[in-house]
Amino acid sequence: MLDSPVVKITRDEIRHVALLARLALDPAEEEAMTATLDAILTYMEKLAELDTSAVEPTAHILDLPTPWRDDVVTNAPDADRLLANAPARDGDFFRVPKIIE
Amino acid sequence: MSAVDRSAGAGATYEAVIGLEVHAELLTASKIFCGCPAIFGGAPNQHTCPVCLGMPGVLPVLNRRVVEFAIRAGLAAHCTIAPYSRWARKNYFYPDLAKGYQISQYELPICAGGWLDVPVDGTTKRVRLTRIHMEEDTGKNIHDAHGSESLVDFNRCGVPLLEIVSEPDLSSPAEAGAYLRALRTLVRYLGICDGNMEEGSFRCDANVSVRPRGTIALGVKAEVKNMNSFRSVEKAIAYEIARQARVLEEGGRVVQETRLWDADREETRSMRSKESAHDYRYFPDPDLPPLLVSHELVAEVGRSMPELPDARRTRFVASLNLPEYDAEVLTSRRDLADYFEAVVAAHPNAKAASNWVMGDVLRLVKERKLDDALVITEWPVAAAHLGELIALIDEGAISGKIAKTVFEEMVATGEAPRAIVAARGLTQVSDEGAIAAAIDGVLAAHPDKVADFRAGKDKLLGFFVGQVMKATAGKANPTLVNRLLVEKLR
Repeated sequence: MLDSPVVKITRDEIRHVALLARLALDPAEEEAMTATLDAILTYMEKLAELDTSAVEPTAHILDLPTPWRDDVVTNAPDADRLLANAPARDGDFFRVPKIIE
Repeated sequence: MSAVDRSAGAGATYEAVIGLEVHAELLTASKIFCGCPAIFGGAPNQHTCPVCLGMPGVLPVLNRRVVEFAIRAGLAAHCTIAPYSRWARKNYFYPDLAKGYQISQYELPICAGGWLDVPVDGTTKRVRLTRIHMEEDTGKNIHDAHGSESLVDFNRCGVPLLEIVSEPDLSSPAEAGAYLRALRTLVRYLGICDGNMEEGSFRCDANVSVRPRGTIALGVKAEVKNMNSFRSVEKAIAYEIARQARVLEEGGRVVQETRLWDADREETRSMRSKESAHDYRYFPDPDLPPLLVSHELVAEVGRSMPELPDARRTRFVASLNLPEYDAEVLTSRRDLADYFEAVVAAHPNAKAASNWVMGDVLRLVKERKLDDALVITEWPVAAAHLGELIALIDEGAISGKIAKTVFEEMVATGEAPRAIVAARGLTQVSDEGAIAAAIDGVLAAHPDKVADFRAGKDKLLGFFVGQVMKATAGKANPTLVNRLLVEKLR
């Protein structure tokens, strides 16, 4: 299934990441996800072979600074329309399952 | 403060190490990444839009003023302003943020390093800052309205925040309180935050640990949250220091955790949470390219900076000859310092102006709750009028005692003191003949007391002065009264 003899990600790590992302994976999906992510990480390792010592690290491919706007209020109140898609509401509040602290 | 220090309890065996994280809501008109109003309150979800509700497909656009305010804070706190900083996503699931992450800064914050000089017990303590970064505030949850559900109001979600992180340079609840007050004074001076702890626009979390006195290695820290006043911050830290010292004394180990301050029970309680709760998986926000801050922008913001409280305090002592204490009180608010300087501009007697402002003026400000306003615009008396009143005293036109009456009249009518003095005939009597006549009358009316005085009861002089003032309706020049009395009684 995989070319690389070294496993890049374990089943436990998949379960941890799934929990953080609030994904409920069944065992078959865990299996598939482990293989998929492992392949992606293996490819990343291939990329890491490139010499990037002369390249500035970046998280963006476009050479743009953050665009900004003036500090002006442009939005009119429209809670009704914004709440229209909410699964549950209570007056002008969104209603969610009780948060247990 | 002494009660707090006593209950700190670390005592001789342990010493405390404290660092504070402050969240300051910025006084912008609109939110950080959308054009919704950033004002406090309002009907639930009235100040929201698809961007701050995290609807699919929306993009954040940065509010330029947030960057300017961050630079202002950074310059005031001697930070390095980063020419290149980065936005990050802090990922977590909690219904105070609809999109599942908070836009914040992680690596490469806009301000790094810096310090604040904090007045503590008559000396100055330098508290170093780790960083100042920008982020968006979260919404509010209401938990107890329904049994099985919570309600969410996103009005506050997206309101710009500065997070100001100190180094663990503080060693007592009193020092932490002093740092927090100095920081609040600073953000108010800068006009970037109203510093209201009760309304939550100025919030403080404390990282507290203890270690055996004299050792260097840091102990395990607890993060204490949920304090909504300066007093709670001091009390919560004192409680936490005592608790950790007790744990160590009993041979236990302090656990790294988040604890909530319960103001009613006056204790901190462990906020139990799953281990994974703090795995925020920060990564650069792909929706926001890096933030570039030019030298020109930093210089432009620098030119718009007001004189800062430190510099103003030093100037009040050095060039106005005010005592350190007066200078500290008067510079605790920019509007107060401005008012004081306007009084001095009207009549250059700084110490007298300071006494009036710190005494009668501030008393009225507190009584009338004028200091609840971010900027006091309605003072009990106009600064120019107060200057004029002090001038009348210095000219010898009225006595200090009459001045109090005139002041009350100024407060009640808003009229200028000279006009009041003229209209009510309050001008001080400095005519020696008139005063001598009044003294003669008093001495003639009290022959027994005159005899007692001459027999050695010096204290009676006060009685005679009082009688003469009474006979002249308080208008006699007290210096003259004293001199003439002594001459006649001798």
